[in-house]
Amino acid sequence: MTRQMTGAKMVVQALKDQGVDTVFGYPGGAVLPIYDEIFQQNDIQHILVRHEQAALHAAEGYARSTGKVGVALVTSGPGATNAVTGLTDALMDSIPLVCLSGQVPTFMIGSDAFQEADTVGITRPCTKHNWLVKDTAKLSSTLHQAFHVASSGRPGPVLIDIPKDVQFASAEYTSKPKAPVGHYQPQVKGDMETITALVEAIENAERPVFYTGGGVINSGPAASQLLRELVDATGIPITSTLMGLGAYPASGKGWLGMLGMHGLYEANLAMHGCDLLINIGARFDDRITGRLDAFSPKSKKAHIDIDPSSINKVIKTDLPIVGDVGHVLEDMLKVWKARGRKVNREGLAKWWRQIEEWKQANCLKYTGSETTIKPQYALQRLEALTKGMDRYITTEVGQHQMWAAQFLGFEDPNRWMTSGGLGTMGYGFPASVGVQVAHPESLVINVAGEASWLMNMQEMGTAVQYRLPVKQFILNNERLGMVRQWQQLLHGERYSSSWSEALPDFVKLAEAFGAKGIICKDPADLDDAIMEMIKHDGPVIFDCLVEKHENCFPMIPSGEPHNKMLLGDAQATNAIAGKGAVLV
Amino acid sequence: MSALQIKKGSNKHSAYNLRPTFSDVSEAHTITVLVENEPGVLARVIGLFSGRGYNIDSLTVAEVDHEGHLSRITIVTTGTPQVIEQIKAQLGRIVSVRDVHDLTAEGSSVERELALMKVVSSGEKRVEALRLADIFRANVVDSTLESFIFQLTGAPDKIDAFADLMRPLGLVEVARTGVAALSRGTR
Repeated sequence: MTRQMTGAKMVVQALKDQGVDTVFGYPGGAVLPIYDEIFQQNDIQHILVRHEQAALHAAEGYARSTGKVGVALVTSGPGATNAVTGLTDALMDSIPLVCLSGQVPTFMIGSDAFQEADTVGITRPCTKHNWLVKDTAKLSSTLHQAFHVASSGRPGPVLIDIPKDVQFASAEYTSKPKAPVGHYQPQVKGDMETITALVEAIENAERPVFYTGGGVINSGPAASQLLRELVDATGIPITSTLMGLGAYPASGKGWLGMLGMHGLYEANLAMHGCDLLINIGARFDDRITGRLDAFSPKSKKAHIDIDPSSINKVIKTDLPIVGDVGHVLEDMLKVWKARGRKVNREGLAKWWRQIEEWKQANCLKYTGSETTIKPQYALQRLEALTKGMDRYITTEVGQHQMWAAQFLGFEDPNRWMTSGGLGTMGYGFPASVGVQVAHPESLVINVAGEASWLMNMQEMGTAVQYRLPVKQFILNNERLGMVRQWQQLLHGERYSSSWSEALPDFVKLAEAFGAKGIICKDPADLDDAIMEMIKHDGPVIFDCLVEKHENCFPMIPSGEPHNKMLLGDAQATNAIAGKGAVLV
Repeated sequence: MSALQIKKGSNKHSAYNLRPTFSDVSEAHTITVLVENEPGVLARVIGLFSGRGYNIDSLTVAEVDHEGHLSRITIVTTGTPQVIEQIKAQLGRIVSVRDVHDLTAEGSSVERELALMKVVSSGEKRVEALRLADIFRANVVDSTLESFIFQLTGAPDKIDAFADLMRPLGLVEVARTGVAALSRGTR
């Protein structure tokens, strides 16, 4: 039996066939037929956001916390242009998304029609792939292919632009199994010869370190399990990028903490001093490497990545392995076990003694206060009071994001959602909405700064409408904290435009949306206030007034290598100079 | 353990055969890209070059397999070995790209370009232009009493050489197709 249906119906049918249960979107003239089909069914819930950018970030939060593909639906023109930030964010952080956009009817394309934009042109560099579908007969197979491309290989966002006449016209529906997936079939198995060479290097290394990234989480829960097995069995220390937190548990015995610009001292010195660096699913981002010519100077470098273009992009790799992290780790473990589970015990013991010495620097120490809430203290209390709970954390971008990464511990993958690559202020709130939709019973907290949070504060409407009990934990320093910190480090304390002068009363703001607001400024009240936030069954804005000029340490100043970390304020003023000053 | 044996060239499926990189010396490479002939595919390739700051010295594109909807894009680019490897890897991950070959790195190849050159002159210069055209095996495809259009096929440096000779003899316009290239032999 052939199934004739309209393009709009195909969209909904294909989403159902792909197992989609949630779409984040915002209607408009060019997607009305699709919204009409969504109205007439109950399998897919539509979450109405308040801005298209938020639809994309919510879909990212949904995708990152479930491992599934996130779906967003936006209209033509401004709907699509508003989606661009979310698409770029997902591209940089390798988050699988399918974005459906409406387009003016095919016969009007190119005429500067109302709400017309060259959506595929605009989104070409910020998607993994995109399509403009001009023929309803090709729509269903394109939809299925879109899910295949978004989720296979290195995941990423894709966009399908669907003109309105294509949504109205009818054609035969191609079901998922019949749809050709095309030639896009990335390699997942790593080269055994190189894997064996890596195992051999692991057996002999005196000072090895694992440096893992978001690729481990993208590879699925099995990859995280294999990583844990490998790390614990070999006793090799492990550090992770911002994107990879949770793949190896923060309570694990091999854990060094996050590395990079605001990573832990011991993690960065381990990177600098190691003789074997094993990069698993990370990409030698500039936040990680610091100065390239002084990056991990004494090490042999192995790099496991599903994307060949990540290998040798910035750091020359001795042992390149193209493949899916899960597959490669499985093979590595097999080979390592078959060769007799060997490691250089003597070397490792000495290496760990060195690392323990570095840990004595106690790099996350800060000066406490009895009168003002230190942001670090706020996060320590949040961690203590929510530890062990079924908890998901999202963040905005800035100092609070780095403190959250330093002071919160993640025991499992998919529990930590943050904008790493693009660094999108305004990501965290809509992402928390997406996470809460996927996990209605879990505790979802967005650790935010007041400036970032205001960038997508309209999503309070979404949270209240869908009774999403997301907790907005705002560390309010009335400053663009990270900008202010850099102005102190680089621009002689001239705080140009980094002060938020006219902030809202966040408690009243919450109440205006029909939500709960809590304000806290005394460290003595903090625990009770956090518990009140957690226990409230509904969205909460928590206005945590913190120390205004606190700096985020430790820090590798830009243009410096890992062993030149700043540990505290004494070293900070005008610390970035020379060639480093042009870097961000 | 032994150092990894690194072979010349790479393709989109593998980075094992990456050549040693990070030399500062720029080299010209002819890269041929087989792509699915769909709207926007050329923009994807060009956008990659402009977005990541790579050079395009020459670019040609045309459909080569109508049944299979395949086009061949031939790009001559300049960069350090590291940049050339990146270009190939980045091209390889474009979803509509089927195959990437570095003709410069993968052995000998044939490279040809077609040029049309309009030369306006009279008297001895006109005779000399015609004489040189004969030496270069250029054909006259249009003629008036004061002008010729020469058609010349060959490797890019041959066309450069001919253009240099024609310049003092009244060269007024040049149209070049860019390089088309295939590897020699049975590959």
